[in-house]
Amino acid sequence: MATVTFDHVYKRYSADVVAVNDLNLEIADGEFLVLVGPSGCGKTTALRCVAGLETISDGKLYIGDRVVNDVAPKDRDIAMVFQSYALYPHMSVYDNLAFGLKLRKTPKADIERRVKEAAGILGLERFLDRKPKALSGGQRQRVALGRAIVREPSVFLMDEPLSNLDAKLRVQTRAEIARLHQRLGTTTVYVTHDQVEAMTMGDRIAVMKDGLLHQVGTPQELYDHPTNVFVAGFIGSPAMNFATVKATEGEDLMLGSAKLNLSGAAAKAAADRPKGADLLIGFRPEHLDIADGQADTVSIPARVDVVEYLGNEELIHAQAEGTEIVALIPSDRRVKPGDQVNLGVPLEKLHMFDPESEQSLVA
Amino acid sequence: MTAPGPVVTQDYAASELEAQPRPQGVAQGNAFTRFIGRTPVHIAIIALCLIWLIPTVALLVSSFRESQAVAGSGWWTALTPPFEFTLSNYDRVLDTNNLGQSFVNSLFVSIPATIIPILVAAFAAYAFAWMEFPGRGLLFMLIVGLLVIPLQSALIPVLQLFVSVRIGDQTLNGTFLAIWLAHTGFGLPFAIYLLRNFFGALPREMFESAYIDGASPVTAFFRLALPTSVPALAALAIFQFMWVWNDLLIALVYLGGQQSIAPLTVTIANLVGSLGQNQQLLTAAAFISMALPLIVFFTLQRYFVRGILGGSVKG
Repeated sequence: MATVTFDHVYKRYSADVVAVNDLNLEIADGEFLVLVGPSGCGKTTALRCVAGLETISDGKLYIGDRVVNDVAPKDRDIAMVFQSYALYPHMSVYDNLAFGLKLRKTPKADIERRVKEAAGILGLERFLDRKPKALSGGQRQRVALGRAIVREPSVFLMDEPLSNLDAKLRVQTRAEIARLHQRLGTTTVYVTHDQVEAMTMGDRIAVMKDGLLHQVGTPQELYDHPTNVFVAGFIGSPAMNFATVKATEGEDLMLGSAKLNLSGAAAKAAADRPKGADLLIGFRPEHLDIADGQADTVSIPARVDVVEYLGNEELIHAQAEGTEIVALIPSDRRVKPGDQVNLGVPLEKLHMFDPESEQSLVA
Repeated sequence: MTAPGPVVTQDYAASELEAQPRPQGVAQGNAFTRFIGRTPVHIAIIALCLIWLIPTVALLVSSFRESQAVAGSGWWTALTPPFEFTLSNYDRVLDTNNLGQSFVNSLFVSIPATIIPILVAAFAAYAFAWMEFPGRGLLFMLIVGLLVIPLQSALIPVLQLFVSVRIGDQTLNGTFLAIWLAHTGFGLPFAIYLLRNFFGALPREMFESAYIDGASPVTAFFRLALPTSVPALAALAIFQFMWVWNDLLIALVYLGGQQSIAPLTVTIANLVGSLGQNQQLLTAAAFISMALPLIVFFTLQRYFVRGILGGSVKG
């Protein structure tokens, strides 16, 4: 068991290619931390730095209390699961699992016990004699997980371990990894580009973009209080709606010609803006509903373009003064294309951002 | 995308595909027309194979004919009655001309001259593929560049070198060591080139995973790179073995014509008198020398085919 600490870590490939830019992050002992972000954001590079597969250009990286900047991968007491499984194709499943232990001169009886145990946890007992090519994708990924488990390392590193699996298997394996983490309690750093994976698996999530860490927090914190426009748009599915509005003299905002009446914290933030200044408001599709004049609700007039029926709910694509709005509302609202509706969002669910800095004004 | 939406769509699409009835008649018709359509290709391939085989068959037939018959009529006349075949050519070659010793000599030349360059090339190729060091690209280009240097242009300089090196009271020239070294040198550029490409196509994550598991580069080489490259190594072994086994030029230059150490090719070449007498013996001798490469090729040919694909296109 160990903590992992990034202390002003940089990874530069050249003067203007900075993959990881001043990363500061503390991962607690036993924590499941998900690094998430769009491709090319530096999340995998950050993980590979922890593994020792990339050297860091600047800063300090700790595993436990030890600075590991110059420690070889094999001496870092970590295990890594790769996106492509990276199994040893000419070895049986047993030998794949035992390889790392053999190299560390573990006693034979000990190897056998640990391999059997890991195989038991992952349901691989029947496949121990098989070669990887005789396994399905899901089984191969389990072998890759098993290879990490048998080593009993202090940190697991996982680099998009689910992205080569089909959708159904991915959901299954996701739960399996979560169970594994509950059972072993090993510190885990998990990289993914999929925000659903991040939300469902992470104790905490670190959102990265262009080498910069944008926000770290529990899934709820990120969902409820995104600190900037990128995190707000990245977390949550379907993505958050954004609209540019103008401040008025009072506490209200103008979306085109429509007036939005505010109160509470949102109203205070709006009132701080000079008249005519732009503001970016954000609201999640699932927080919208057809408004009928409730208190503490902002009402946005919109015309319905498309209705996607999902069973219990409907996905509404609507136009509000030139802004495209997506709303997820109960099916029994019976909205039809062409309808003029008022979409209401509760005031405490309304996000406001500075259009220049893209930082949240209410978080 | 783990949202339930797409899953449903996918399953739906799959079941729709399965639900479509397979039109049996059409499928059969397709198979039939495909067969008809391919017939010209098959005929062309068979014709090419036959044309390719004719010289070998002619050689085989001739090796079983009397020398007067070979001199007096074409080999195809022997295929019609009366069948007048004889083993006398094989008899004479095997009996009188030191062939057994030469066969052993050939093996003594070929086996080390196959193993040494492949071993050296594998180390070099692994370093070129997976180890970072300054000048790696330039060095590799230099080695690939050596591929275009004709062997003949290096014969004399290397010979001079061998003559100048003394081991005890003998020069290096005319020893088996000399010919092993020569074959190693001439074989290395191609071997390194082929193996580097094969090693380079192995997945990087496999090695990284091994390093995390505790492997050193040497362990990774012996436990991962070599075992997963058996097809490429086998293909290379066949190439190199055939080349060395059939080589006359290098053997003549660096080993000389001494009977006690002459390999098969040199002995066979010496069968023919300076005026071309005993020419008929060549046919039988050629078949004897072909026997071993054929056995090697047929036992390893599945690696041969895979290895060529593996080295150049994809791992």
